[in-house]
Amino acid sequence: MAKDTKEVVIRVRDLAVGFGDKLVLDHLDLEVYRGEILGLVGGSGSGKSVLMRTIIGLLPKRSGKIDIFGVDVDTMSEEDLLMMERRWGILFQHGALFSSLTVRQNIQFPIREFLDVSEQLQDEMAAAKLEMVGLSADVQEKFPSELSGGMIKRVALARALALDPEVVFLDEPTSGLDPIGAGDFDELIKTLQRTLGLTVFMVTHDLDSLHTVCDRIAVLADGKMILAGPMSAMLASEHPWLKAYFRGKRARMAAG
Amino acid sequence: MNGAATLTSKRDGERLVLTAEGAWTAIHAHELEPLVEAQARSSQPVRAVDIDVAGVKRLDTFGAWLIERLARGWNARGIETRVVGLPDDYRGLIQEIHGVNLKPPPSRPRENALIEGLERIGRTLANMGRVTMLILQMIGAVTTAAARSIMHPARFRLTSLVAHIDRVGWNGVPIILLITFLIGAILAQQGIFHFRKFGADIYVVDMIGILVLRELGVLIVCIMVAGRSGSAYTAELGSMKMREEVDALRTMGFDPVEVLILPRILALVVSVPMLTFLGSMAALYGGGLVCWLYGGIDPNVFLSRLREAISMETFAVGMIKAPIMALIIGIVAAVEGMEVRGSAESLGAHTTASVVISIFLVIVLDGLFAIFFASIGM
Repeated sequence: MAKDTKEVVIRVRDLAVGFGDKLVLDHLDLEVYRGEILGLVGGSGSGKSVLMRTIIGLLPKRSGKIDIFGVDVDTMSEEDLLMMERRWGILFQHGALFSSLTVRQNIQFPIREFLDVSEQLQDEMAAAKLEMVGLSADVQEKFPSELSGGMIKRVALARALALDPEVVFLDEPTSGLDPIGAGDFDELIKTLQRTLGLTVFMVTHDLDSLHTVCDRIAVLADGKMILAGPMSAMLASEHPWLKAYFRGKRARMAAG
Repeated sequence: MNGAATLTSKRDGERLVLTAEGAWTAIHAHELEPLVEAQARSSQPVRAVDIDVAGVKRLDTFGAWLIERLARGWNARGIETRVVGLPDDYRGLIQEIHGVNLKPPPSRPRENALIEGLERIGRTLANMGRVTMLILQMIGAVTTAAARSIMHPARFRLTSLVAHIDRVGWNGVPIILLITFLIGAILAQQGIFHFRKFGADIYVVDMIGILVLRELGVLIVCIMVAGRSGSAYTAELGSMKMREEVDALRTMGFDPVEVLILPRILALVVSVPMLTFLGSMAALYGGGLVCWLYGGIDPNVFLSRLREAISMETFAVGMIKAPIMALIIGIVAAVEGMEVRGSAESLGAHTTASVVISIFLVIVLDGLFAIFFASIGM
């Protein structure tokens, strides 16, 4: 198997997460390999966002083990955790831009906090990141409340990329975008992944994204990972939910 | 990680060879930037520059940009610059970075301090005028909504009103009782301490009675309510505004003033007089307790003296003010809440403004009432 030789960036083993007496993630396993774009799909409320938030440490887990960059997060010291958090970038579903900072300040925020670089370099990097996500420098001094939905996502992506992370987590990056905007965004993610060598962990419902950008797809249902593999494996599967998802009416239109 | 990042230079006739080595990444950017700057500033008489990046182990956008900046600096001076030894992995990145920041950054205009200062004063004044208009407008809107509710009583939101009375009135009772009790006690202690010098201890009772019932009871309660409930109203309405809940209501054919604001303001108008009454009683109780324990004034003496000192009018003056103050607090909270715009900062600024303006207006109004009651002989 070729993929066994690839470096595992994130390894989730036997992960259980629950709220109250409901178990959302039921002893789940998942690997993310370096340099790939992994799409995580599943029905609404199946725990995709919970899985992502657990991996990045926003939700506590009941049991299981999460290794990131080959290190168990439970055994990490505070400092190591902080160092690791610089190595990933996160795009939240609604952008989560700091509403009282301008676009430029939003992108510069992690740079300013973590790197001891000059004001000039900060400005240049902010402008460069903005251009890389396809926005012109004119939006720099705008506030998030003055931006459209698609622009917010792009700025949020630029902020996620501010420190040149190795892994980016994207929570429904194309939701709420028009098909053209969503297509552009997919293209952007693909380009950035290629040029920066990113590993992308993407929660998505967008069948077009799954078709065009994802190297591998992981399917979450009933708290377990029912299948992980390329699109061809998804289409070949006889699992009823997968059939409905990838071979339903909308899926045929997306593929056709 | 991966050792330090370095940039060394070597002259080779008219050709300058800069050798970049190590990890040219974000975490090394603070070391690399001075190196790049030093090279860019050096004025060596060269015709061509080669930037050899074969020794670069890792490269990210920070490193790529610094290399690009170096190359652009030399190019701008008419010296031909090449990037050599580029590993294939990083070709895409270098190309990508080569295309950015071509336009000069938009200049951030800096006004001179005097003009900026004047502008601020102007804006503040204009804003004061605007807030005054908005307050008047809100009084009108609330009155219309109230009139509509009287005409169609079925449309009135009784449940909402009761819930808000529970929150601003009932839940506020303990803290209001505690604070007014303490104020009454402190007033009595200070009064006794100073009046004793003239042998006028007993007049402390007059002072507490009149001061608490006429002025302090209602003022303390209103200030507490403005801080406790006015701010909460502004924050609630503001975040509803931010999440477009107010717009949603409007599109469904509901008047936000009728649904959100009227019940809140009415709850204040109902609760504040009750809280004022309770607060005044607690202050008198606190005052009486201190008079007895600290001043040696027997409770019976305190009560009979109080009965002589105050009249129904004294009590009425305080109570008449309460609902009007409540109305002002509610109106200001609603105006500021509806003025909240997109950002978290705006929410904070308007909540602050709500409390500051309502306390200011409550005190100004209290002064006007004092003049009014004095002139009608109450």
